[in-house]
Amino acid sequence: MFVKQLSVFMENREGRLEQATEVLKNHQINILSLSMADTTEYGMLRMVVSDPELARETLRENGFSAMLTEVLAVRLEHQVGELHRLTHILCAEGLNIEYMYALECAGTRAMIVKVSDGAAAVEAIRRGGLELYGNQELCG
Amino acid sequence: MIWNETKECMSRDEMNALQGARLVKLVDRVYHNVEYYRKKMQAMGLEPGDIRGLEDLKKLPFTTKDDLRDTYPFGMFAVPNSQIVRIHASSGTTGKATVVGYTRRDIDMWSECVARCITMAGLGREDIIQVAYGYGLFTGGLGAHYGAEKLGATVVPMSTGNTKKLINMMVDFGATGIMCTPSYLMHIAETIEEMGVRDKIRLKASLNGAEPWTERMRDKIEEKLGIHAHDIYGLSEIMGPGVATDCRFHSGLHIHEDYFLPEIVDRETFQPVADGVTGELVISTLVKEGIPLIRYRTKDLTSIDHTPCQCGRTTARIARFTGRSDDMLIIRGVNVFPSQIETALLEMGGTTPHYLMIVDRVNNLDTLEVRVEVEERFFSDEIRELENLTRRIEQVLQQAIGLAVKVKLVEPKALERSMGKSVHVIDNRKLD
Repeated sequence: MFVKQLSVFMENREGRLEQATEVLKNHQINILSLSMADTTEYGMLRMVVSDPELARETLRENGFSAMLTEVLAVRLEHQVGELHRLTHILCAEGLNIEYMYALECAGTRAMIVKVSDGAAAVEAIRRGGLELYGNQELCG
Repeated sequence: MIWNETKECMSRDEMNALQGARLVKLVDRVYHNVEYYRKKMQAMGLEPGDIRGLEDLKKLPFTTKDDLRDTYPFGMFAVPNSQIVRIHASSGTTGKATVVGYTRRDIDMWSECVARCITMAGLGREDIIQVAYGYGLFTGGLGAHYGAEKLGATVVPMSTGNTKKLINMMVDFGATGIMCTPSYLMHIAETIEEMGVRDKIRLKASLNGAEPWTERMRDKIEEKLGIHAHDIYGLSEIMGPGVATDCRFHSGLHIHEDYFLPEIVDRETFQPVADGVTGELVISTLVKEGIPLIRYRTKDLTSIDHTPCQCGRTTARIARFTGRSDDMLIIRGVNVFPSQIETALLEMGGTTPHYLMIVDRVNNLDTLEVRVEVEERFFSDEIRELENLTRRIEQVLQQAIGLAVKVKLVEPKALERSMGKSVHVIDNRKLD
């Protein structure tokens, strides 16, 4: 029950993000959510997109280092304490969160999470009563 | 002052006779003691008897760093290990070090050479000399040290690293001489200014080598410190620092010709060229016992002048080096070949990632950055993993070349390829 995330390595130089979004636009790829992590020297663009395989191929063809990573999309309501439910479940299980960012589109509300042990996290999240989305549900 | 007038002020005829006699003995020695040379000479149909004097020098084969690599570690030694009292090593082109061994007499000879050099710089037994080359496998520290001791000076073995401590001691001890790389001396000079102790130092002269520098850099050092700065040349294969130095007239570096027979050859034809014409410096070690070398190609480009110098010395002078005929870089005094980086990256796994070395000089200290293209197999979506990867490459490269390296990950194909071949080095150092 994972979601394929598109991860793109980017040097910190002018116009690089613009080039990446242009490639995605030209191939009719919709970005559902994204987060940009940055260091002094490079950035990591993480995205949930409508067609991850196509996105990775086209980006590669255009000279980007792109890869697909399995992450979790946990359905969370817009309510006080919802995020805490998730972090509490993971914490109780002794799992580390590598990174997370929010996704909201067409009625879907989710937290995209990369956890140290994906399989164990799926198990724990379900046991804790939270729902997971798959790529189809997000993009369909 | 001249340290050894008998040897440094010989007439040209006397010098040639001495060199000729020593060359004959050298050839005889290597033929009978070094299998590598014997085979090489036999393959050329040469016997020791064919070499009767200087005029036969050109019949002899050249020796290169590759020959030393092929016989790693001790294959070129001409004496049993029981006679070797010290080993030094410098970078080889492919990761394997170039190893040299010294007998007790070699160390004495080396010390004699360095003592001559320090004397040329106007220093003597009354002086307090700080040696701020690195001590260790690198020949700089110990070579300078033994020479300064032979001279009878008071030697302070600072090594490198703690510049403020060096300056405090320079002030407290009243040091009058210093031996280190020119870029480090520039750094020291600037730190002296920052510390505001310029009027408390008693430095008179310096001997600087192990990396390329220019006349303008010399002027700057001399002006900043109020001293005479001298260029000291050497390479571990031949001995270490002290093969040649310039006297107070700074019109080329006097080479100790009674020990080192210099030739300048054309870069392409390898035929000897006339005085004043630039070519590759080739040296035969006339008396060295541990690892005597015949016609060693230094890859350093220079010209030679055999006319006597105003200082009274008659030894030939080589001009300031104009470059190298190979791709070796000298970074903080350390010899670095791009191929070492390549080999190290290759050993990290599979194929060679494209890389670019960027050498710069920041606050008079050389810096080396290596940009490595991120390949799919290196890639991770986690910053932490990428940072670990960066550290790991840094460690591997540092171990390979013995220098701190800053690694920067870049995108695939980000590095320029010219004519299908990657450009591997950008040297931004402005030696002026």
